[in-house]
Amino acid sequence: MENLAMGNYGVYVWSCFGLTLAVIVFSDWRARLRHKRVYREIEVRIKALEERQ
Amino acid sequence: MSDSGPQIPGIFSGLWATARRDLLLAWKRPGDVLNPLFFFAMVCTLFPLAIGPSPEQLEFIGPGVLWVAALLSTLLSLNSLFLGDFEDGSLDQLLVSPQPLPVLALGKTLAHWLTSGLPLVLVSPILAVTYRMPASVVPVMMLTLLLGTISLSLLGSIGAALTVGLHRGTALLSLLILPLAMPVLLLGANTVSLAAGNDIYTTGVWALGAYAIASLSLAPYATAAALRISNE
Amino acid sequence: MWKFFHRLASPPHFYRLAAVFAPWFALPALVLIAYGVYAGLFLAPMDYQQGDAFRIIYVHVPSAYLSIMAYMIMAISGGIGLIWRMKLAHAVAAAAAPLGAAFTFLALVTGSIWGRPMWGTWWEWGDPRLTSELILLFLYFGYMALRGAIDDTAKADKASAVLALVGVVNVVIVHYSVEWWSSLHQGQTLLKEGGPAMDPGMLYPLLAMILGFTFLFGSLLLRRVRTEVLFRERRTRWVREMILSPEGS
Repeated sequence: MENLAMGNYGVYVWSCFGLTLAVIVFSDWRARLRHKRVYREIEVRIKALEERQ
Repeated sequence: MSDSGPQIPGIFSGLWATARRDLLLAWKRPGDVLNPLFFFAMVCTLFPLAIGPSPEQLEFIGPGVLWVAALLSTLLSLNSLFLGDFEDGSLDQLLVSPQPLPVLALGKTLAHWLTSGLPLVLVSPILAVTYRMPASVVPVMMLTLLLGTISLSLLGSIGAALTVGLHRGTALLSLLILPLAMPVLLLGANTVSLAAGNDIYTTGVWALGAYAIASLSLAPYATAAALRISNE
Repeated sequence: MWKFFHRLASPPHFYRLAAVFAPWFALPALVLIAYGVYAGLFLAPMDYQQGDAFRIIYVHVPSAYLSIMAYMIMAISGGIGLIWRMKLAHAVAAAAAPLGAAFTFLALVTGSIWGRPMWGTWWEWGDPRLTSELILLFLYFGYMALRGAIDDTAKADKASAVLALVGVVNVVIVHYSVEWWSSLHQGQTLLKEGGPAMDPGMLYPLLAMILGFTFLFGSLLLRRVRTEVLFRERRTRWVREMILSPEGS
């Protein structure tokens, strides 16, 4: 447990590591979401075109 | 056309023709030249009003304030660099002209500097005196502003060419140019501060000169490329 | 060799290959970062001056390094796109910008948090690295604002490539001028340059983190470029055929 406290600097050290993880996860989540949205939009448009023919 | 000599036909006359045309336009509409100068003077007035008239404080912040005001006022006049030509179609004429486009872009930038940077340098001593700048420092400040505004006009011409014809152009132009202009501001203002503190300031002057020469030789090409891209 | 690059540069090939390659970047990234975090936090000896606060280095330095690398990738691929009219290069540049901005943001915030116990303030203008990093963040903002302001993708690609190339020259000038400026004002730095060599127990986790972040960046970038390619090619035949084919994705 003493290790986790990092002397008196625990708050600073852990917030830095936590923030880095959060930003990376958030950025990747957004990228995945955008991929799905782009894919779905194209899919809807192409399927609609296909049915009209 | 006195300088369209036989040895280099065309290039300098093209440079001179574009510059002269813009200078004539500025002469016909003096507001375009005067407004940035008034703006410069007003920004310099804001600081004593905001932080108080204490002479020591004003002397300390003077170089920085003058430089920030100069940067902002250059930015203000940049938006119109290519805008008029874009709107009345003469920009298309420049693009199809047989003259090399970088030279024409340099001509326009030269006119911009002569109508915004140079007047700024000439007016700056008046404002410097109100900030209690010692007389020995004033020439150093004018020299840094001279070299700095050349770089700012050239850098700004790239931004103006990239944003010509875009909506929300002014705010975007500031966003593009300010980070690029930060080293110039940093070198200029700190060199003047060093001179005011009787320190060795030549490093900053040389660096500003190098920056001006580098941008003089590179920026016109970037401006020309940006103009072609913006007008495809 | 040339043929391989040509095929790689063709959007449908890239789209398929990127999906295959992404795990090969993600896996080493995961292993290296897991080792780096564990060793950095628990195994590496304490810094004799900064105590345990120095452990922030293990996220700060890799982020700062990626913020520069992403800008270089953005500018170089923009230049390649401009000169050889390669569409994929522009897609890479477009995808690298938000990632680079995210890592620049991380470098700034972790640097600021690190500075809090060391200097007693959240922000120290005298630190040349933090100041340069802030200007770099503004450069990213300008780049993304220019891209966002131009509706035509082809035009946005070329205009932002010019800006990125001008910006790359500027990044170098910013570095040296800010260094000069902070030396005038007796700036303080978090990282001692040319100080005593780092203890191997401190250094190896840092190297692992830097390498791990590079792989991580690769995999994040590949995913974003893939989306970018899909969006840009949305009206082409290969996308239509891929979507209509039974296996999809």
